[in-house]
Amino acid sequence: MSELFRRLGPLIGAWVVATTALWVVFLVVLPQLVMIDGSFRPDLPPSRIGGPEDVYTLANYATLWQNAIHRSIFLRTIWSSALVTLLALVVCYPIAYYLAQSVRGGTAALLVVGLVIPFWVNEILRTFSWFLILSRNGLINQLLQGLGLIEQPLHFGGSGAVMLGMVYAYILFMVFPLYNAIESLDRNQVEAARDLGAPWWRIHWRVVVPHAKPGIAVGCIMTFMLAAGTVAVPQIMQSLPGGTGARWFTQVIYSWFFDGGSWNQGSAYAFALLLICVVFIFAMMRLFRVGLRDIAK
Amino acid sequence: MTSDRLLRGLVLAYLVAFFGYLFLPLVFMVAAGFNDSRFPTMLPWEGFTLKWFHGFDAQGRAVGLFQDARMGQAILNSVIIGLGVIALSVPIGLAGALFIANLRSRAKSFVYGVMVSPILTPGVILGISTLMFWSNGLGVGGGLLLTVVAQSTFIAAYCMLLFLARLERFDRSLEEAALDLGASQAYVVWRILLPYMRPAILSAAMIAFLQSFENYNTTLFVIGTQDTMTLNIASRVRLGLTPAVNAIGVILIALTVVGAVAYEILRRREAAVRAEAEKRLRAAEAAEVGALRLAAG
Repeated sequence: MSELFRRLGPLIGAWVVATTALWVVFLVVLPQLVMIDGSFRPDLPPSRIGGPEDVYTLANYATLWQNAIHRSIFLRTIWSSALVTLLALVVCYPIAYYLAQSVRGGTAALLVVGLVIPFWVNEILRTFSWFLILSRNGLINQLLQGLGLIEQPLHFGGSGAVMLGMVYAYILFMVFPLYNAIESLDRNQVEAARDLGAPWWRIHWRVVVPHAKPGIAVGCIMTFMLAAGTVAVPQIMQSLPGGTGARWFTQVIYSWFFDGGSWNQGSAYAFALLLICVVFIFAMMRLFRVGLRDIAK
Repeated sequence: MTSDRLLRGLVLAYLVAFFGYLFLPLVFMVAAGFNDSRFPTMLPWEGFTLKWFHGFDAQGRAVGLFQDARMGQAILNSVIIGLGVIALSVPIGLAGALFIANLRSRAKSFVYGVMVSPILTPGVILGISTLMFWSNGLGVGGGLLLTVVAQSTFIAAYCMLLFLARLERFDRSLEEAALDLGASQAYVVWRILLPYMRPAILSAAMIAFLQSFENYNTTLFVIGTQDTMTLNIASRVRLGLTPAVNAIGVILIALTVVGAVAYEILRRREAAVRAEAEKRLRAAEAAEVGALRLAAG
């Protein structure tokens, strides 16, 4: 702290400390604590808040476990998000490796720009573009009908469509961390391994993947968090015919807040989701042996 | 040799498939924005039209994007929120970066972890916790202001990471020299630190705006009865779909492409200027060495 004031002086130093404190306390920490606090309290009408019934309870969490529909949506959301993460990793690794190690200069820059453009087209529109392909009058149905292969339009709605939309929407959150990690690998290491006669899969397993660990961890954490936490993608994909069955856990949370009017109940569901994400982050950090510093770069 | 060629072919095919997967849905979406069909689809092609931007249907009803007052209001709200987020997140991010860069205590990694945690938290949870804290606790209801606050919790963290990356390369000796020569700390911040941070401040402002503009999941919980562009698009997809949504897509994608190309051109020009300066320096050095030799000879 003294270093801060020595370098910046009393006035600017005080501004830095005060602004940082306001952010961390009022925007980051307190709101989370209030949400967690609410999740352990019963929903009471305003007149009875603070009264004898306003005590800490696990009832809101019990609801999540006892309601079979909510529980299954919760578990399916976790499982599907993990699957989306794995799919994205498998699809992105070859591209990231190719961009980072095999092309140079102008071509690489051009391809990276090619990745940046869809990245900045927002999540809603990216999902919408797949909605248009899969919808009742969509591209696939029109093509198949035009070719005379089907009479009635096919229904593509369901978990598959939601997951397809998610892989498409979040794939670039996987590509960029992987690319950044692999790019910093010295090409001579790959050359050396090749000269010494290592087959290509061993080069990846023993040289590239160990080096890319922080990137893999970041990509997986971001993709999982975005997939588990999205409302946009399932909302849009459910408008497909046959898509009503594929509810996402975030939509259950949303309806507690705005259809059910039970905020504390919704908070408990939200905190459960947050816990899953935290567990996933720590599991990844453990698995790839990386620290928080490596992750948030 | 043949296996090498086979591998090359496979890599190329994968590259084409990957970029096709990224771009074709967007291409279809753009094309459908110009199709004279009641549904947003590219097939069957019923003729080129601009009516989804500005025009009328067979019954004389206005169907174009630009004639839609609600969409206009929604875009205006998104811009206001985006500017608000810049005004809040960029100073917070700068303060946070200066704070953490000058912290020498043991708590550093813990504080850092708390500061970057919003990036790793699902957007819906940031929205919910902000709503619980401000609305229940302080009586600030959902609306534009609360949306600015909720989005800033994580966008400020992104800004901080950008500033930290630039601060790491800051040459401290400049600052020390100025202080030794008797400059006040405030003067050093104003004349040395801030000019050095200028490019990072600009890119932080740009990224803050883009992040805010495309945000959906956090906004959904804190916007109250107002509308933003992403919310408007999502409700159109769910409630009544016309190719006017594609017209929004066309405009946003065009802006993104122009932005990405402009950025790339600027980057290249800067690199060229730097290379030219270096070449001149070398030539001058060579001339100097030559002159010295001549004088000595």
